[in-house]
Amino acid sequence: MSALLQLDKATIRFGGLTAVSELDLQVGCNELVGLIGPNGAGKTTAFNLITGVYQPTAGGIAFDGSSIVGRKPCQITARGIARTFQNIRLFSSLSVFDNVRAVFHLHLRGDVRQALWRGRAFEREEKSIADRVMELLEIFQLGRFRHEPARSLSYGDQRRLEIVRALAAQPKLLLLDEPAAGMNSTEKVELTRLIRFIREKFSIAVLLVEHDMQLVMGICERLVVLDYGLKIAEGTPEEIRQNPKVIAAYLGE
Amino acid sequence: MTELLQQLINGLALGSILALIALGYTMVYGILRFINFAHGDVFMLGAFAGFYLAPKIALVLPLPSIAGALAVMIIAMAICAALGVLIERFAYRPLRQQPKLTMLITAIGVSLFLENTGQFVFGANPKKFPQLLPAYPLPQLGGLSFNSNQIVVIAVTALLMIGLRFIVLKTRMGRAMRAVSFNPEAAALMGVNTNVVISFTFALGSALAAAAGILFAMNYPSIDPLMGILPGLKAFVAAVLGGIGNLPGAALGGVIIGVTETLVSGYVSSTYRDAIAFAVLILILLVKPSGLLGKKEVDKV
Amino acid sequence: MNLRHAKTVLLGAIALSLVASLFSRHISGYPLFVAYNIGISLIMAVSLNLINGYTGQFSLGHAGFMAVGAYSSAVITNHFGDLNVFAANAVFTFALLAGGLAAALAGLLVGVPTLRLRGDYLAIVTLGFGEIIRVILQNMEAVGGARGLSVTHGWTNLFWTFGLAAVTVYVVAALVNSTYGRGFIAVRDDEVAAEAMGINSTKYKVTAFAVGAFFAGIAGGLYAHAIQFLTPNGFGFMLSIAYVVMVILGGMGNTIGVILAAILLTLLPEGLRMLADIEHLPGIAGSRPLSWVENTRMIIYSLLLIVLMLTRPQGLFTLRRRSR
Repeated sequence: MSALLQLDKATIRFGGLTAVSELDLQVGCNELVGLIGPNGAGKTTAFNLITGVYQPTAGGIAFDGSSIVGRKPCQITARGIARTFQNIRLFSSLSVFDNVRAVFHLHLRGDVRQALWRGRAFEREEKSIADRVMELLEIFQLGRFRHEPARSLSYGDQRRLEIVRALAAQPKLLLLDEPAAGMNSTEKVELTRLIRFIREKFSIAVLLVEHDMQLVMGICERLVVLDYGLKIAEGTPEEIRQNPKVIAAYLGE
Repeated sequence: MTELLQQLINGLALGSILALIALGYTMVYGILRFINFAHGDVFMLGAFAGFYLAPKIALVLPLPSIAGALAVMIIAMAICAALGVLIERFAYRPLRQQPKLTMLITAIGVSLFLENTGQFVFGANPKKFPQLLPAYPLPQLGGLSFNSNQIVVIAVTALLMIGLRFIVLKTRMGRAMRAVSFNPEAAALMGVNTNVVISFTFALGSALAAAAGILFAMNYPSIDPLMGILPGLKAFVAAVLGGIGNLPGAALGGVIIGVTETLVSGYVSSTYRDAIAFAVLILILLVKPSGLLGKKEVDKV
Repeated sequence: MNLRHAKTVLLGAIALSLVASLFSRHISGYPLFVAYNIGISLIMAVSLNLINGYTGQFSLGHAGFMAVGAYSSAVITNHFGDLNVFAANAVFTFALLAGGLAAALAGLLVGVPTLRLRGDYLAIVTLGFGEIIRVILQNMEAVGGARGLSVTHGWTNLFWTFGLAAVTVYVVAALVNSTYGRGFIAVRDDEVAAEAMGINSTKYKVTAFAVGAFFAGIAGGLYAHAIQFLTPNGFGFMLSIAYVVMVILGGMGNTIGVILAAILLTLLPEGLRMLADIEHLPGIAGSRPLSWVENTRMIIYSLLLIVLMLTRPQGLFTLRRRSR
């Protein structure tokens, strides 16, 4: 089976700086891949390339068989890629419920006029959406917060909400950008369980950027290592752990 | 040909005034990333300060005269500098941590306040600005009749800009200003008192606006409390045109807008005069938002 | 916000305004003007709230859209002589709609180029657009230019004014309080995140401008047929700012608050006038020299803005704590 996500020598240059250089990256359906590397290696930039925030200067990016180069972020999300952010970017003034509900507009069958007319079809669809939102929130134990403004949640809960929100898009590929940042060890264990659970229940592929080596090694099937925008290694956690180039990159030479 | 030259001089004079105001906008934006909506009204207050100062100065110095004009201008600049510092201290500083929109709305409030209180206190009707400089008839060069006032505007503006350049490049305060505009946190860590620097920037910008007000009033001696609205907006466009945050850009932008407006007004249609600046603004924001001399600001995701 | 009975409330409001209109047939003059003013301000403020408040696009040119609607509808109705009630209402409906659509078109023309602009730039550019509209109207001899345009028919009445105000409130509220409508607020809160969640921020911003402008155009049409004389200077940015103050005072994105603020701020100068017992002057502040009442009103407005921002930026009627 060809890869769900395929980057072919994807490159992006900002003026004189090549942030990502000729990156070949694949993620298969239902795979759990980790993208690691020292700070500034270009991991978040790679995410931004995949999600359409940046356009590659050269190279190709294909998802589910077709190229997504030149597509706007909202179009890419509609095709099945959803993400979380390094610094949590929730819709701060919306409630927990609405943060998730807003994403369900992707699955709306009615259109704007329905919202204005407010007939029975509209009410039915809104109810269906509300049920699905609550379902998602309950799975992740956020249901009781549904009316709270998103920004009033604890840090850990906000991170979880961001993931739930991404899942509301019903993606085939979930990009998680440092989901464990700022968490203590208990929360990280919980997060590991969560990611495994998501992958099982929703049968999606996950591409994970993370600095916590223990978490990454423990959960990823395959790792890709970046340094200064270049891929320097790829393989199973065992292989990567022993790879001298990777060790050098992290320890600095 | 001489007609064209005449228009160019007119445009340059107008552009100089716009440039002086634009410098204030661009300096404040460089330091605070904030558009001081009320800046145009400081220009107006400078003119009015001159209006009320002139008779007082006339008791001590002969007016019109160079000495008298200088005295009026310098004192008016000082008054407006103080005013600028006050506005920043009480209306803007408490909001520095708030979203930018809040400050913008406050600035609009300050602007409205200055304009309407001005109308209340000074009266809405235009006043005649007294003559500060004796009008020297200049020799007619090939059919051109020059107004000595225009030369004064251009000359004084040039002098002020040289002075500004000196302050920004050669003094400690100037270095501090540049540091804060580059990275306020780092500057603070380096021991720069950001509050003082910001106050100084406002003082400087307001002084220049006051000078512009007096120069303007010397050329077009009818002043009223709403006179700052259009020049303020046009000067803002000039600052954006040159690249907001960029000092030479502001000067360049001012001259371009002044000359363009005068030429269009003279050769095409005078009724569309005021719309020129806005059309330029929309054009530049569509084509090159960072302005002619500005740098692109990258939004980090 | 639960809008289960929204349609019932809407129909009720329209019916009420019809009744009020019939009863007011014999009242004329100033108090009626104030009532019209309230309705018009309501439409302007609520429609502006969609753009500024809910979508976070700080627009300072709303009066320009009002002008487009006012002039367009007037030009249409001026073609007709005296008409019977049914024909008059039919023509009026058409003219108002046309004015709204013309304004919506202007809204698109403003919304599209401003997509990439942030807060302060956006504000100035929209202000610029408003001024450009004013200057264009000033130079259009076909609509009277600077001398102004006379509007033949004074067809505005309480039914139209408050009926349409009710419709405006309904549309904005219904739009925003739906799954689709949450997108507006998402775009305001974090545009990058919204895009990442599949929300087409471009579409939302442009929609907000178009819908907001449409209703401003309707308000303009109502205004034109109430005051029966239009000048381009009457639609300057002072007027835009008057409505912006209402949105801010009410709380950006708080429809009920904005309604209350609109009513409050429309009645404010009336209160001042009553204090001074001066001869009545219809109309809203433009760029012409202001009478002392308008002057004082603007001084109070400006102080209100400053004090509000310093103490309670979320508006007078929002129950939330101070944001961020």
